[in-house]
Amino acid sequence: MLLDVRNVIRMRIFFLAGTGSLALAGAAMVHSAQSPAQASGAPAVTSPQVGASAQVAPPFGAQTQRSGLNIVVLDPAHGGTDPGARGTGGIRESEIVLDLATQVRRALELAGFQVVLTRQGNENPSFDDRSATANAQRGAVFVTLHISSTGLPGTVRVYVNSDLAAVMEANGLIPWDRAQAPFLGLSKKFGDLVQGMLVQRFKGSPDAAQTAAVRQIRTTAAPAIAVEISSIVVEDRAELDRMGPGVADAIARGAAAFKPSYVVANVPGTLP
Amino acid sequence: MVIAGLIFVVLGAAIYFPILRRRVKRAARLQQQSEEQARRELAQPITVNPGDPRVKTKLYWASDAIDSTLVPVTVELPLANDPVLRSKQVLNTLLAGPVDVELRTLPPDAVLLAFYLLPDGTGIADFSEALATSVPSGIASEQMAVDSIARTLEANVPQVRRLKILIHGQEVETLAGHLDLTGTFVVATKPAAVPVKPAVAAASTEKAPTTAPVAAPAKLTPEKAPGKLAQPDRKP
Repeated sequence: MLLDVRNVIRMRIFFLAGTGSLALAGAAMVHSAQSPAQASGAPAVTSPQVGASAQVAPPFGAQTQRSGLNIVVLDPAHGGTDPGARGTGGIRESEIVLDLATQVRRALELAGFQVVLTRQGNENPSFDDRSATANAQRGAVFVTLHISSTGLPGTVRVYVNSDLAAVMEANGLIPWDRAQAPFLGLSKKFGDLVQGMLVQRFKGSPDAAQTAAVRQIRTTAAPAIAVEISSIVVEDRAELDRMGPGVADAIARGAAAFKPSYVVANVPGTLP
Repeated sequence: MVIAGLIFVVLGAAIYFPILRRRVKRAARLQQQSEEQARRELAQPITVNPGDPRVKTKLYWASDAIDSTLVPVTVELPLANDPVLRSKQVLNTLLAGPVDVELRTLPPDAVLLAFYLLPDGTGIADFSEALATSVPSGIASEQMAVDSIARTLEANVPQVRRLKILIHGQEVETLAGHLDLTGTFVVATKPAAVPVKPAVAAASTEKAPTTAPVAAPAKLTPEKAPGKLAQPDRKP
């Protein structure tokens, strides 16, 4: 398609040496040749993964019935040029969540889970890249870690995605842009378990997981939650750092409590 | 002589035509720009006609009692019957903010640039960039901002069933790094009896004080699912 356009442009240049009317005809051809290119380019803007890898295979294929939960994909939010929420004292969400991820990782590994991080240092993978890290695993859950700008300091909230209309294509593949849809029920269960552990340690936190349209969860084909600590407005970073071990322990306990539920969902088509 | 004259005219035309075409194109572009500018200027002031009947309007701002929740505040405003104009009026009032600035859900510098209503009930709200750049970054704060818009529309404009948020005329991936804006948000959470229900809700708030805490849809509970994403079919 690109080559076609280039050809037409060359045609126009060639005709420009002639009369104006011919140049017009050439321009019209360029325009008509570009519009299909733009039309097909449009979805790629909103979802960079669209294309050959636009769909993800359901992780519970008939041949993978055996797998239960054994991997936790941790997603320290933001990074690179995106600092996330910023506090008055110059503290950055992207840095705190990276340190938090290390603590959560340790707690999860002690509980017997394998941990995969979406970023190791100060990089900023795209939302789709973060989801892809989880979608490449089998028997995984996804936990994205955040620090809020608002809310009662010292509390922690767990979010699951809002309702998405579940779509399963005829070929049995889940569309990338709503990969979370079949997992909403499991995500809610996982989220409630983690939130239940958190409220015991952090008074004032909600009792159950909340819903929010968190971007990287929508494209994640696994039970997925966001954990957001309040808040970046604390005067001293140490206040947030002190919450780290408690949050890590709650996530590890929540994942361990969720582990038996995950096996139930191993039959394709019966996901909540 | 005549032939020479004709050749001269044809050559002259061939040289002049591309220049003329460029000028026409430039003029068209200039006109387009000024139209765009005029539209934005027109869209900005709060369009309130004092002749419209004053109706009880519910605006959802942050609760000062319960952390990260919304409460409706009832004010009397002259509202138009036209759903697009009415949506602009309530959203502009929402943007103007409550008396207590601490309870704002939207940044004070954000502006509603345009509001469209599609025949299927999808309201498209186009905000200035300040909505994305000035809203506090975070799942809770971004969800509160969107919920306050969706709940305010639900309470006052029954014709709006879904909400699509654009930033400066463009679809953006997230509001401020967290909340997904690529889909639409459910505005009408009650599926049936659209014209009846808001009247019932309005009647019930008459008894309550103006800041009646925790009307059912304001709570961020999963049952109510205030920020539901109902995505259109986007086939790759």
